[in-house]
Amino acid sequence: MSNGYDIIVIGGGHAGIEAAHAGAMMGCDVALITMDRFALGRMSCNPAIGGTAKGHLVREVDALGGIMAGTADHTGIQFRMLNRSKGPAVWSPRCQSDRKLYSEEAYRIISNSPNIEIVEESVVEILAAGGKVVGVSTASGKFINSSAVILSSGTFLNGKMHTGLVSTTGGRYGEKPSLGITESLSRLGFLSARLKTGTPPRLKKTTINWEILEEQAGDDSPQPFSYRTDKSVFPFLPQVSCFITHTDDSVHRVLEKGFDNSPMFTGLIKGVGPRYCPSIEDKIVRFSEKRQHQLFLEPEGLNSDQIYLNGFSTSLPANIQFEALRKIKGLENVEMVRPGYAVEYDYFPPHQVDLTLETKKIAGLYFAGQVNGTSGYEEAAAQGLVAGINAAAKIIGKRELVIRRNEAYIGVLIDDLVGKSTDEPYRMFTSRAEYRLLLRQDNADRRLLKYGYEYGLIDKAIYNELKEREIIISKAVNFCNDTKINANFINAHLNSRSLSEIDSTETISKLCKRPELGLSEVLKFVNTTEENRLFARALMENDLVLEQVEIELKYEGYLKRQDDMIKKLEKYESTSIPLTLNYQSIKALSAEGREKLNKIKPRSIGQSLRISGVTHSDIAVLLVYLKN
Amino acid sequence: MIHLEDTITAMATPNGVGAISIIRISGNKAIDVADSIFKGKMHITDANTHTVHYGKVVDAQNNFIDDVLLTIFKAPNSYTGEDVIEVSCHGNPLIGQKIIDLLLEKDVRIAEPGEFTMRAFLNNRIDLAQAEAVIDIITSRSDASLRGARNQLDGLLSNSVSILRNSLLDTLSFLELELDFSEEDVEFVAKDELLKKITLIIKKIDELLNSYRFGRVIRDGVNVAIIGKPNVGKSSLLNYLLKESRAIVSSTPGTTRDVIREEISIDGVLFKLFDTAGIRLSEDIIEKEGVRRSNEAIVNSDLVLFVNDVEQGYSEDLYDELRQLTKEDRIITVMNKIDLSSKSDLGDGIKISAKTGEGIDNLIDQMKQSTLGSANYSEKSAIVSNIRHFQCLCSARNSLSDAIVSVNQKYSGEFIAVDLRNAADFLGEIIGEVTSEDVLNNIFSKFCVGK
Ligand SMILES: Cc1cc2nc3c(=O)[nH]c(=O)nc-3n(C[C@H](O)[C@H](O)[C@H](O)COP(=O)(O)OP(=O)(O)OC[C@H]3O[C@@H](n4cnc5c(N)ncnc54)[C@H](O)[C@@H]3O)c2cc1C
Ligand SMILES: Nc1nc2c(ncn2[C@@H]2O[C@H](COP(=O)(O)OP(=O)(O)OP(=O)(O)O)[C@@H](O)[C@H]2O)c(=O)[nH]1
Ligand SMILES: [Mg+2]
Repeated sequence: MSNGYDIIVIGGGHAGIEAAHAGAMMGCDVALITMDRFALGRMSCNPAIGGTAKGHLVREVDALGGIMAGTADHTGIQFRMLNRSKGPAVWSPRCQSDRKLYSEEAYRIISNSPNIEIVEESVVEILAAGGKVVGVSTASGKFINSSAVILSSGTFLNGKMHTGLVSTTGGRYGEKPSLGITESLSRLGFLSARLKTGTPPRLKKTTINWEILEEQAGDDSPQPFSYRTDKSVFPFLPQVSCFITHTDDSVHRVLEKGFDNSPMFTGLIKGVGPRYCPSIEDKIVRFSEKRQHQLFLEPEGLNSDQIYLNGFSTSLPANIQFEALRKIKGLENVEMVRPGYAVEYDYFPPHQVDLTLETKKIAGLYFAGQVNGTSGYEEAAAQGLVAGINAAAKIIGKRELVIRRNEAYIGVLIDDLVGKSTDEPYRMFTSRAEYRLLLRQDNADRRLLKYGYEYGLIDKAIYNELKEREIIISKAVNFCNDTKINANFINAHLNSRSLSEIDSTETISKLCKRPELGLSEVLKFVNTTEENRLFARALMENDLVLEQVEIELKYEGYLKRQDDMIKKLEKYESTSIPLTLNYQSIKALSAEGREKLNKIKPRSIGQSLRISGVTHSDIAVLLVYLKN
Repeated sequence: MIHLEDTITAMATPNGVGAISIIRISGNKAIDVADSIFKGKMHITDANTHTVHYGKVVDAQNNFIDDVLLTIFKAPNSYTGEDVIEVSCHGNPLIGQKIIDLLLEKDVRIAEPGEFTMRAFLNNRIDLAQAEAVIDIITSRSDASLRGARNQLDGLLSNSVSILRNSLLDTLSFLELELDFSEEDVEFVAKDELLKKITLIIKKIDELLNSYRFGRVIRDGVNVAIIGKPNVGKSSLLNYLLKESRAIVSSTPGTTRDVIREEISIDGVLFKLFDTAGIRLSEDIIEKEGVRRSNEAIVNSDLVLFVNDVEQGYSEDLYDELRQLTKEDRIITVMNKIDLSSKSDLGDGIKISAKTGEGIDNLIDQMKQSTLGSANYSEKSAIVSNIRHFQCLCSARNSLSDAIVSVNQKYSGEFIAVDLRNAADFLGEIIGEVTSEDVLNNIFSKFCVGK
């Protein structure tokens, strides 16, 4: 096909590059249509990847064969594991990235992929016929056809940027908006709505008084995001610090002067902004009792002269921003490279997509990323990957990929989007995952690598290595349950740590359940047989296995409870509902239940259970009805 | 939430009708659970399907509850297609209730209306033609949650549970804040503060749980057996309380042969009065049967009015017999016919005359006191009267106790959160609300987070 591709991806942001990469890896010809080839994987906002819950997403994307983790590893200039003082389920990796290098690395990967053609164009229309997508047309008048189109155009649809009362059209600083797509989709029957997000001003590095600011360094032994990154040569780049400062009353007073000219407060901005990422003016108004707000000064890159002021997102007039900045400790003489701004854009309330991210209305059309109402690079990447895999799977005849809530944050993300829709930008949090204790960053590979392998995104060698590791893990768990430690050997040690002694013998598992004792600490005292001693020693040297075994033993009771809950709900999750079910004809449903079910068209009873407004008697009615 | 994996139970016969009640238990734990409250010739876990077993139901302290017949139906050859046990007990609602209470202490929950039939349908035990009927049962059921509480009583409970749930969500928000926003400069919750909050919620739940006896009294009424030797004036007392001559009164001992049942309402509480045959040794077959029924009435009553004739004096031996059949605090001793007596010392007990009405007010006060206890419930108190709500509150309480253990063992917040979230879910079930988004909404409205 000269003018056609297996898959068209619109937009080379974090969603788009994952989608294109996955499709290409699965053997499809992919056109990645994007406005600017050098803006691939560009970080629109803060120069960082990961963080609480987002770090989990990155690890999951990696286990499925995505490129975000590796890209972050190669371009990271500070790595930290957040929440280390808490339990393993909420540890979250995060890094500061070199914004420029990140984008270059993404470009390198995409442009090296033989199956991807980067087309530098702006799409203005998505075309469909008979309920199926047929292609797109571009601003230069080209028509490109394909039976699979993934829309991942980010914050660009009818994008409008605001600083004070000055607004300009555009999807991101210095970039044009995307016009036409929303309208073409509205004509096809899609609902769209408006959201808003913002970004802080960028500061000139050399004009900041670093000496007086509190430093925040990275971890002493930084860990990579990707399972596939070679730890012996990691980190790849020199590591740098962030710095912390605070606003105070004087800063707030200045900002208040700009409220009359705030596009937010004057109602110029109609879109709904993220509550978890409020602008500094929002914080001052809503939490007026708070006298100061913490700000992070984050480097934009190793060789960049710009600093990103995390926590100071604003759309107040530029002169007010500047005046307020100079009141902040350490920024007395700062120069502002670029003011902060807010951006408003169209999205498609995500109940319009299915769990595969294919739209329910138009076959072959997929939505991924910010267009589904999410915000964040990681959320975008996760969706792009799932959309890419599903688009390709449909073409090459593989089964669809639907990841469940009990398998991954990605499952939670998509299930939330589809089942609850959203009217504000959606960000991932660990508290959204009801099976949080099971969905850890340390076991993303154990949860998901199998899918990466199944769809051809993960090498067989890597997959086999995991399978072998699983065998060792279960052997080691049995070993710890069966092997006893003698009081003679360990009591002296327990004493020295002022811990209570054991009576005669105790299994390794039982000892390890004590909060104060680590597994490797206990393993040292294995002394029953030579064979056991050797096994214990080997285990102590195998970090990957040791970590999994220790978690499984220590938190056994809790993990089991979550497992039991999954089993309890399994019947519901696996009872599927045809998309074609006519809810209007089921008279016994409650009025609200019927309306919600009809809107969301859940795939399974499990999904229906999570829809607010659907009562338990509705579920019972559905169960009976489906049986007919 | 309707969990089809749960083992469920409910009365299979209409309440209070018929000589025999049947309690049905269905689910994969049905046999184990039934076995744990049953004493027969063999363990029913060893028995074959479709066999009937005679034995006793006993409680955890081995107290006798009732003689029963227990029938085993193993999956898939049962009404629901699951393992089913049917317990046939005496047709007294209190016995049935007691057996169900025992089951609920195990891993069993009360069935939702229509749930047995629904399971039967889902397991292909009933045919398509019956599907419509199933749907009718399901939808006509009063949704067991308090969403749009129907009456004032439910409204008050719904309100209290909402308040409890909100304070639980607040506590949970503090924990979640620390997990999802650890990088922010917000204050986190100290462990002893956390314990304090959880303990307070437990205390409030206990108050609600304690109201259950009262709630049940309000809903089901109080069974009162009027017991005593022949001719002491039991029927006269019944008539006086009813303010009509319902029972035949005569000076011949042994007038009343069968149990006479009547109801009166005192201050909104329904008292179900059972006038019985006077108890004495007799060779008369009919009278013997009457005494047997009197005994049954005693076993099944919440309250026994033990009537004596002041002239004949207090009947020590009958009291001892009573104590075999019911608890001490359920017996109110009454000394009747004080109008006839000139004795100065009339002994212990409430002195009345069923003829003149003297002392009856005292008796009524005592009856109220004994059933409602000294607890101070008013029209404004939240009261639990529905067993499902009671069960949800118990489960919430258990989760909170787990949470306290986790806090004390210094587990990190995400572990404690599991328990608190479960507790919030259980409370949410009472008022028909699901938790998921509430915690985040709460955080965003209360804390300045986000960079
Ligand atoms: C000002 C601003 C502030 C933000 N603040 C935050 C924040 O605080 N926190 C946070 O988590 N996230 C924030 N984000 C969001 C974050 O940048 C996005 O969530 C993420 O980049 C979305 O990824 P995406 O792949 O969906 O789209 P994007 O990364 O936006 O990429 C879209 C791509 O599509 C291309 N494109 C668009 N339309 C067309 C078209 N018609 N034809 C061809 N190509 C097209 C664009 O050129 C671009 O390359 C912010 C974004 C902006 C712009
Ligand atoms: N003076 C007086 N007579 C009473 C009083 N209570 C009952 N009697 C008389 O005692 C006799 C027995 O009364 P019943 O009410 O039939 O006694 P009972 O306990 O029901 O007797 P059985 O049914 O035979 O067991 C009747 O003649 C009543 O009129 C009382 O308080 N004062
Ligand atoms: Mg009588």
